[in-house]
Amino acid sequence: MAAEQPTDVEALLRSALRPIEPPEKLSGRVEETLSAVTEAAAEELSAWAEELSESELRSLRDPRNWVRPAAAIAAGGVAAGGLVLVELRRRSGKRPSRLSELADQVSDIADQVRDQVRNRLD
Amino acid sequence: MSDSDEDSPQLDESKAELDRAFEQLYRDHLRDVYSYSYYRVGNHHDAEDVTEQAFLQAYRHFERARRESNGRPLRPWLIRIAHNLASNYHRDRARRPQRVLDDTEPLAAPHGTERIVEGREELKEVMEHLQQLPDDRRDALIMRFALGMDNREIARSLGRSDGATKVLIHRAIKQLEEEMSANGG
Repeated sequence: MAAEQPTDVEALLRSALRPIEPPEKLSGRVEETLSAVTEAAAEELSAWAEELSESELRSLRDPRNWVRPAAAIAAGGVAAGGLVLVELRRRSGKRPSRLSELADQVSDIADQVRDQVRNRLD
Repeated sequence: MSDSDEDSPQLDESKAELDRAFEQLYRDHLRDVYSYSYYRVGNHHDAEDVTEQAFLQAYRHFERARRESNGRPLRPWLIRIAHNLASNYHRDRARRPQRVLDDTEPLAAPHGTERIVEGREELKEVMEHLQQLPDDRRDALIMRFALGMDNREIARSLGRSDGATKVLIHRAIKQLEEEMSANGG
């Protein structure tokens, strides 16, 4: 006894809640931030790592590696452009300003790598 | 205790594998995390921040999450991170999203002009009602319809049982139907 047509809420939700494509610049930005954080973590570790032997150093995970292939595959030219920027900044010694906000994250990553090496040495 | 050079290639390989896995997670779910963030915070600018922070957190805890997942997909874990960040965003700013449909592109499915106008009104209405739902109901519907997650994935993201999630979604849809009907929808 449906006097009026019930609203097809599921169909409406399906139309209304479409997946949203991230802006192209976001891929570059995420990768840039991750690169910056891991670069800083690597820098923070570098003095300490000088004390390690070759084999110990090889066992360290270089957190920078995954970012570059991700850029090429995930987001094409835009992300690759972002990484070029990171690389240029790295070479010129200029850090992104957001880095200061990410100090705790840098420390966490550095701690993780230290733990990995310590575990290996035990 | 063996920390000889012979161990290194194996260890290197496992780390490389971990990085590859994270890279894959990132590629597969950037859109999911962004979509969820966008529907939670209501604008692109903050959605970008939440997405960025979500992947940073994920990266920091990836090794443990992978170990503890026992091979299960990590999307629910990733969405849970975005979910918590979005909740913090709202707690911090003590406000709800206000411009959910403002920046979305025209409907993807082909419609006649009149249907688009008609459809837009209905979509706007359903989004307005969605935003008024209790948080857990709203979030479950975003996961279901924007991300296409099944009950089990949603349950893991929200930290609930499968059964409770099924009931949650059923009630959320029922509530929307009732409220839209009451409004003459």
